Amino acid sequence: MRPDQEIIRRWIEPGSRVLDLGCGDGALLAWLQREQDAHAVGLEIDPANIEQCLASGVAVIEQNLNQGLSNFESDSFDTVLLAQTLQALDNPAELVREMLRIGRKGIVTFPNFGNWKSRLDLLLRGRMPVSDFMPHQWYDTPNIHFCTVRDFDALCREGDIRVLARTVVNSRHEGSWAMRAWPNFLGEIAIYHLSRN
Amino acid sequence: MSKNDRSDSLGLVRPQRLAFDEPLALRSGKSLPAYELMVETYGELNPDRSNAILICHALSGDHHAAGYHSEDDRKPGWWDNCIGPGKAIDTNRFYVVCLNNLGGCGGSTGPVSINPETGKHYGPDFPIITVRDWVNSQLRLMDRLGIGKWVAVIGGSLGGMQVLRWAISYPERLHHAIAIAAAPKLSAQNIAFNEVARQSITKDPDFHDGRYLEHGVYPKQGLMLARMVGHITYLSDSSMRAKFGKALAGLEAEQGNFGRDLRSGSLSFGFNVDFEVESYLRYQGEQFSEKFDANTYLLMTKALDYFDPSVDYDGDLSLAFANSDCRFLLMSFSTDWRFPPDRSREVVNQLLRAGKRVSYLEIDADQGHDAFLLPIPRYIHALSAYLGNAHREICGHAS
Repeated sequence: MRPDQEIIRRWIEPGSRVLDLGCGDGALLAWLQREQDAHAVGLEIDPANIEQCLASGVAVIEQNLNQGLSNFESDSFDTVLLAQTLQALDNPAELVREMLRIGRKGIVTFPNFGNWKSRLDLLLRGRMPVSDFMPHQWYDTPNIHFCTVRDFDALCREGDIRVLARTVVNSRHEGSWAMRAWPNFLGEIAIYHLSRN
Repeated sequence: MSKNDRSDSLGLVRPQRLAFDEPLALRSGKSLPAYELMVETYGELNPDRSNAILICHALSGDHHAAGYHSEDDRKPGWWDNCIGPGKAIDTNRFYVVCLNNLGGCGGSTGPVSINPETGKHYGPDFPIITVRDWVNSQLRLMDRLGIGKWVAVIGGSLGGMQVLRWAISYPERLHHAIAIAAAPKLSAQNIAFNEVARQSITKDPDFHDGRYLEHGVYPKQGLMLARMVGHITYLSDSSMRAKFGKALAGLEAEQGNFGRDLRSGSLSFGFNVDFEVESYLRYQGEQFSEKFDANTYLLMTKALDYFDPSVDYDGDLSLAFANSDCRFLLMSFSTDWRFPPDRSREVVNQLLRAGKRVSYLEIDADQGHDAFLLPIPRYIHALSAYLGNAHREICGHAS
């Protein structure tokens, strides 16, 4: 299992109810079902991913996150996951609020735009950053709301959201002492564990 | 090539008639003292009897879901594109059971059967059967076949409603509930169309208060009309444009295609058949009227109208599912306006409220409600993937 997923697993109590917003092919949920006996449901819009979820025994609902989550009851899940999807949402702040209405806790991971490579691209090349990890050009990227670790910290402060834990890893999903010391500069992927205040 | 030889076809299949002597108490308060069910099964029941799937048919379906009854059959069973060796409902893996529901006209006890009390056809005296009654009779069939728990109960439209009822009434008897193009209950618009169909049948001079068989006739015109109006609700505007606008499509741009192909190339300036769509509907109505019983049609539409499992729970469907520990798969089709995607979403949302494990797909398809019977790739692949996993989980790898 990837290091970031191992981090997420540790935050999920065995047998808990997990909703994954943008669950992709369902690999993480399948793993949580197996390892943590999670009662898992994923939301996804890509047909190939949805079919893969069905093939892996992951409950998946075809639903567009940009059309809201009003069909989910408050407190109906223990943990709501939003992995690598925040930056592609129409209204990320609203969705983070919704996550913490539906779930008692939330886990958010996103690519950290404050990473030194992104800063260097802008500083030296004067171009929007493109990497293996974020391979899109500015005009065709699905990622329309990039933020940095410090930006997300500010969103949590303003939204009265408690950060239970925050960690960063590189694009190979590995952590280090240096990343822990300078998360916004060195971290490529930020991982937050959130709850309501 | 003989119909027996196609590698993905079941080839020739044989229905069987099973008799049940224990009275069946009905929702209406009446009871059927004894009855028969026409049943077809495909594939082999495995030694631990764990690989069975029940197929529930819709308004005009029957027990003949797949394969052929004879070498001369032009068409296979109604869901042959989905049931067979290597198909989505794979008869190499599963033992598939399909029956003609009570009140039907495919050989199970219904209005055309002889009432033992009178020695005549039941006709209008056959009791109104509800979805709940069907499921109760299907449970008896299940026990007769020695099946403890279905891998899945699967159905589309009215069949999907039986699936939901299974999950509510007998949750311990199925692992998976798969309801396709269904609805939690009918809308006023749905009931209105059913009422037009019923009126056209009962107002036919040959209806004779439902005792037409005793008079040696049947309400052909009424049944035709009922089927014509029903058929329109199964299709979408876009599928009708495509189906009846081929000639025009060649001449004009796609957006100019209104599906107005002429039958003979010119207008008749009379009240005859001018357009292809008129001819098609008449043909469909006529075909249907020759093989379907009018009293059964009335009964089936009432079963649809009466379906509402929330009535026992003060209108809260999520409470109806409180004890349903099976898993759910719902699918809907984008252009279905009879039971549109929103109706399936209502069920999905109530299942989520009840904390159930549910999957839901909204399939892009032009064919309207009819899509649930058609081999639409995404739909078939999804069903296949879902059942593949169910088979692995329930029956292990050996098959």
